[in-house]
Amino acid sequence: MIHIQARTEPSSLMKIASPLLAIALTLVFGCVLFSAIGKSPTQALHVLLIAPLADSYNIGEMFVKMGPLLLCAVGLSLCYRANLWNIGAEGQLLAGALGGSAMALYFGDSNSLFALPVTLLAGIVSGMLWAAIPTYLKLRFNSNLILTTIMFNYIGLYLLIWAVHGPLRDPQGFGFPESAMFADATLLPTLFESSRIHLGVAFAVISAFIAWFILSKSHLGFQIRVFGSDEPAAKYAGFSGKKLSWMVMLFAGALAGLAGVSETTGPIGQLVPNVSPGYGYSAIIVAYLGRLHPLGAILAAVFMAVLYMGGDLAQIEMGIPVAVVSMFQGVLLFFLLACDFFINNRLAFSNQATN
Amino acid sequence: MKKYNLVSRLELTNITKQYPGCLANDNVSLTLMPGEIHALLGENGAGKSTLVKTIYGVVAPDKGDIIWNGKEVSIKSPSVARDLGIGMVFQHFSLFETLTVSQNIELCLSKAQLNEIGDLGERITKLSEEYGLNVKPSRYVHSLSIGERQRVEIMRCLVQSVKLLILDEPTSVLTPQEVSGLFDVLRTLSNEGCSILFISHKLHEVTEICHKATILRGGKVVDTCIPQDETPASIAKMMVGDLAEQDAGYAKKEGTVSIFNIEDLSLPAKQPFGTALKNLSFELKSGEILGIAGVAGNGQDELMAIISGEDERTVNNSISLDGADISHLHAGERRKLGMAYVPEERLGRGAVPDMSLTENTLLTHSEGFIKNGLVDWPSIKDYTSKLIAKYKVKCHGEFSEAKSLSGGNLQKFIMGREIGQNPKVLICAHPTWGVDVGAALAIHQALLELRDKGAAILLISEDIDELFLLADRMAAVCDGYLSPVVKTENTNIDQIGQWMAGTFIGNASVSNKQETTA
Repeated sequence: MIHIQARTEPSSLMKIASPLLAIALTLVFGCVLFSAIGKSPTQALHVLLIAPLADSYNIGEMFVKMGPLLLCAVGLSLCYRANLWNIGAEGQLLAGALGGSAMALYFGDSNSLFALPVTLLAGIVSGMLWAAIPTYLKLRFNSNLILTTIMFNYIGLYLLIWAVHGPLRDPQGFGFPESAMFADATLLPTLFESSRIHLGVAFAVISAFIAWFILSKSHLGFQIRVFGSDEPAAKYAGFSGKKLSWMVMLFAGALAGLAGVSETTGPIGQLVPNVSPGYGYSAIIVAYLGRLHPLGAILAAVFMAVLYMGGDLAQIEMGIPVAVVSMFQGVLLFFLLACDFFINNRLAFSNQATN
Repeated sequence: MKKYNLVSRLELTNITKQYPGCLANDNVSLTLMPGEIHALLGENGAGKSTLVKTIYGVVAPDKGDIIWNGKEVSIKSPSVARDLGIGMVFQHFSLFETLTVSQNIELCLSKAQLNEIGDLGERITKLSEEYGLNVKPSRYVHSLSIGERQRVEIMRCLVQSVKLLILDEPTSVLTPQEVSGLFDVLRTLSNEGCSILFISHKLHEVTEICHKATILRGGKVVDTCIPQDETPASIAKMMVGDLAEQDAGYAKKEGTVSIFNIEDLSLPAKQPFGTALKNLSFELKSGEILGIAGVAGNGQDELMAIISGEDERTVNNSISLDGADISHLHAGERRKLGMAYVPEERLGRGAVPDMSLTENTLLTHSEGFIKNGLVDWPSIKDYTSKLIAKYKVKCHGEFSEAKSLSGGNLQKFIMGREIGQNPKVLICAHPTWGVDVGAALAIHQALLELRDKGAAILLISEDIDELFLLADRMAAVCDGYLSPVVKTENTNIDQIGQWMAGTFIGNASVSNKQETTA
């Protein structure tokens, strides 16, 4: 006889084991799925998970994908720690891409040393602005942050599409909805000769460490944690919820905006309609997989980036539809939430028949 | 109590209930005769709640038998208990505020019972007269005082013709006059043969009304007694074991300089069923304890929130500290000026449940522990260990999560944390509510020590005995009005009790909340 019993204390083992268990279960699910569509599960898993790390080029590409995922996930981790349900990293990323691109195009062929920093700053500020509107609506009118941030994802997307069809379209681009290529002065330098790993990836890792430092060492970080886990206590202690909400949301918006501008000034080099294959949404899963810990997010972002890479490779090598990646992500989040249940509960086995 | 030479109403034998990590009931046996008023006593965590929940079918015991009117029964759910004739009034009422009394009672009756009763309103009126409950079936619950709501709960049990009524700390929310009204009802019930199981922390009530008492400690029955033959002090001794000294007879002090002032404070209610504050004025002097009595929900929470700054609405020039207006300052800024608070809600407001005691120290005590915006964790850890030792907080260590502490120990920790900041003004709400005798004693002494050091203390409490014990001056709140403030030695329980019921408000706008009890 098996039944569920509440734990007296949350299991610290399960807190760490839960994401690993969720990954394992997702892989088991994957095997069943691939068998069902007539593909070899071992080969598919190899292509999905091992091949992305098999050579230096692939590893480089993996890190290129990790950068924006991590930047968004670090900001989201802080938001979720503060109990602010920001689902808007995607929109903030797109706003950053748009604002940054506009600035990069404004610099044109200029060789100014300020071109790149100002472009990045424009991206950051655009991301912050995109986060600021839902934050203001929440604090002023008590609107639901989840809904407004999702809405702003779509507004951001269509604004970007409008821009590449209109004011930012390359006049010499034969009518394609793309901007002109950016000049070298506004492109992010790559870190290594042979790969496309650019400065934005370094920004991402640095931001994770900064966020970790703020959260665990500073009084501000402590206030964020209190605000997130127990709002009445934060009020009682006299922490300003408004101030904390603004800081956390703007920080997340800035990082997502930086992710966006780093994509356009980094690997892409121009503004295109599909800047992001849903990095801002996947970052939600990354944040949870990393246990809302900025350093955990690094590992989780690597895993998620491998999955993105693997999805591309699986499509090329085995003809597996790329939608498999989204499905894997969804299943992963599903198993993660299911496994998290066992942090506070456990299975109890007993021989007694219940009456 | 009439003597019945009948079978016992309820007999529990060797009831045992094991929770993960805690043996809540350990071979508990208890016998209740028809018409007996039986007190169940014990400190927090002694196993009283588990035992009554077992009787009411909420908790299934691991071992042991329940014999009801001479027959062994298995009570699998509260509805089985109600069918047997067992009724229970919980500490927190389960009434719908937007429904009438009669609708609320109807909700818990089965179709068969309703058919049997016929006209429910008539039945309620009849029972109400019979037992002096004074409950009108057509009234909406939100318009009832706490005492009246409790009587609705009792009525709900009576309608189902109970043979055993379980009351969990029924008097903690009542004015003294309401308490005596309740006791009259209980005596009538007892004379009719209804048994009553009565959980209380207030020992003088137990000696006043109960025929027998069973004392639990650590899940075991440690003693039984006839309360009439005992004194509150001797019963307290049975409850906590070796209680070194009784909590009594502290010297009263007179405050020195006026430090904290509330002047003509009026504030509309924030929530639909909240209480508006009406023209409150009082001053608080250094070196005194000002006690504010009142039944819960008469404006205490609202007063506390506006004083602490948690209620962010500004009330111009009506709150001042050291002669300077502070009504525009945020909660954090007020703390920096030397104000500290012990809120009613310990877990979830006074302390963050999932954080360690070290982190919970930092929650309000950051002075000296922050350098350049960074937290000096080692120093706070040291300081927290000292706090734990000084106030004898039972826990594994400074790393223990706040939620792992019992209510009394957490309260000692919070008191210690707030007192440790050497506040000029301490606002303290219900400091010993639900706290056992030993911890209450420690808390009382800590408060008096702080007063003697020159702090001004505002003590908001529902426990009128505690107020008389500690307060140097006293007042009462009712429906958002504050009574005159008087020296404790110049007043008595009767007067404060009447003020709690609102007699001081005069003839102006007396809402139905002030209706005094039967």
